[in-house]
Amino acid sequence: MTAEVMSAIWLTLQLAVISVGLLLIMATPIAWWLAFTRSRLRVPVEAFTTLPLVLPPTVLGFYLLILLGPAGRIGSWWVLATGDALTFSFSGLVIASMIHTLPFVVQPMRQAFQDMGTGPLEEAATLGAGPVDRFFSIGLPQAKRGLITAAVLGFAHVLGEFGVVLMVGGNIPGRTKVVSIAIYESVETLDYATAHMLSAGLLALSFAVLVGVFAVNRKIPVRVG
Amino acid sequence: MAAGQLDLDFELLRGGFELNVTQTLALVGVTVLFGPNGSGKSLTLRTIAGLETSAVGKVVFGGDDWLNSHDQIFVPAHRRPVAHVFQDARLFTHLDVAGNLSFAERRATQDGPSVRREDVIDVFGITHLLNRMPQGLSGGERQRVAMARALLSRPRLVLMDEPLSALDVQRRAQALNFIEQIPERFQVPVVYVTHQIDEVVRLANQLVLIANGRIEASGPAAELMSRLDLPPFTGRFEAGSIIDATVKRHVDEFALTELELARGLKMEVPHLDFPLGETIRLRIRARDVSIAAVKPKQISLRNVLPAVIEEVQAEADTAFAEVRLSVGGQPLRARISKASAHELGLKPGKKVYALVKATALDRRLLTRR
Repeated sequence: MTAEVMSAIWLTLQLAVISVGLLLIMATPIAWWLAFTRSRLRVPVEAFTTLPLVLPPTVLGFYLLILLGPAGRIGSWWVLATGDALTFSFSGLVIASMIHTLPFVVQPMRQAFQDMGTGPLEEAATLGAGPVDRFFSIGLPQAKRGLITAAVLGFAHVLGEFGVVLMVGGNIPGRTKVVSIAIYESVETLDYATAHMLSAGLLALSFAVLVGVFAVNRKIPVRVG
Repeated sequence: MAAGQLDLDFELLRGGFELNVTQTLALVGVTVLFGPNGSGKSLTLRTIAGLETSAVGKVVFGGDDWLNSHDQIFVPAHRRPVAHVFQDARLFTHLDVAGNLSFAERRATQDGPSVRREDVIDVFGITHLLNRMPQGLSGGERQRVAMARALLSRPRLVLMDEPLSALDVQRRAQALNFIEQIPERFQVPVVYVTHQIDEVVRLANQLVLIANGRIEASGPAAELMSRLDLPPFTGRFEAGSIIDATVKRHVDEFALTELELARGLKMEVPHLDFPLGETIRLRIRARDVSIAAVKPKQISLRNVLPAVIEEVQAEADTAFAEVRLSVGGQPLRARISKASAHELGLKPGKKVYALVKATALDRRLLTRR
């Protein structure tokens, strides 16, 4: 295995862990809000957070490229703050991955919060638990399944994305060249051995992760009533 | 017994349903909110708990404003020293029974009545359940844990919303024993919502009747139960009165028990398993009471009680009339035909005899007082 392939694998894992970690923190409040709000904004916000699921990755990648570029709204601010461009950088890749993966994380969590319902939260409130307390002591543990599902789906999705990454990150070894792009490149250069190895690796990893999730989910008792 | 006062004066709109409650509750022992399904009982309870944020008006507990729309005061549910026992128990399924209790204990009202964990566990008989998960408990066990948990939050007011509706007859009777003890044992008043008349008889010190989002009547349970305007709540067939009586004598030969309703006023009922001298509360259905203008002789009915008529009210659309009587100062209702009422010349003040079928007593409804 060449150093370049190794670095692609390492970069991919880093990207997946960081993106999903940040996403869990950011998406949980969004999912909570979507599950319980009676605001009229719920429908547009829900549509907006689901958009990355239906948009072609190239469309998303194109707009992100403009937005994150040195002349873009976010990109210019980033250059000012860090002196570095967001496009074709690992940070930019993280942001793009997070946006592209958002619906995969928000949906299972929102569903889990909705399944829990307001009952346990109301009960906790009458027992003296405030809103933040309720979120941590009731909401998160009751929605544990949904959180695990969200994390795993998100992780797998980041591993597998291609279009958005290519548009925003390009193909810079050690910086933005992730496994899915390395596979594409290997095929382009007729290096089928490397393509085989990486593809089989992704396949095995994805399968193992899913098996793990389903096994864990079975061990968490199904809620009754 | 801890006494407080709860002043309610609020409105709540919920999808076309309008709840309008103006009522002061004395909060002594158990106050029962009684009314048919959909009358607004539960919403009233939820408004007291602070779970209905759109209620407009006032909720004042012991001088503290919990809701005062005029001054824009709304104390959120978690800051009100109230525990709410829901119909479905709502145990936290990610915690075992001990964990559920600790959840409440850790967040207990600081200045609430002192409630000890061991006492609560003992009273509700849940020692053997502590390490179990809620999913494996029976309906009755769940409700006992829910009640124990509610008390451990050291509330100054316990609200219960039909907590027994999911239980079978036997478990209900058992659970009623627990609920009955709460006010005295833990020094906290209870507001209890139900549409079951036997629970009213059993528990109520104070009774509030609610229908179509309005309070129809309120007062001490014994007085209210015998009022003629009860039928909308109970159905005419089930209407009845509540009478307090003392166990005087057991007549083993005939399997009878003699009760004293008032000085010198005795009544026989099939044998009751209560000790002599015990005061019990019994409910006599209006349809099981007949009226005679003169004292009948040689009759199989054994309970012939001198009574005075207080009110006669003809039912609008039936052949029957409701007659309110006073028997030794206690209220008794009779449902007789309009024709009889007319022929006997029944009117307020007239002295008559009330004939009560001894079997008319519903054993379930007998309660120690």
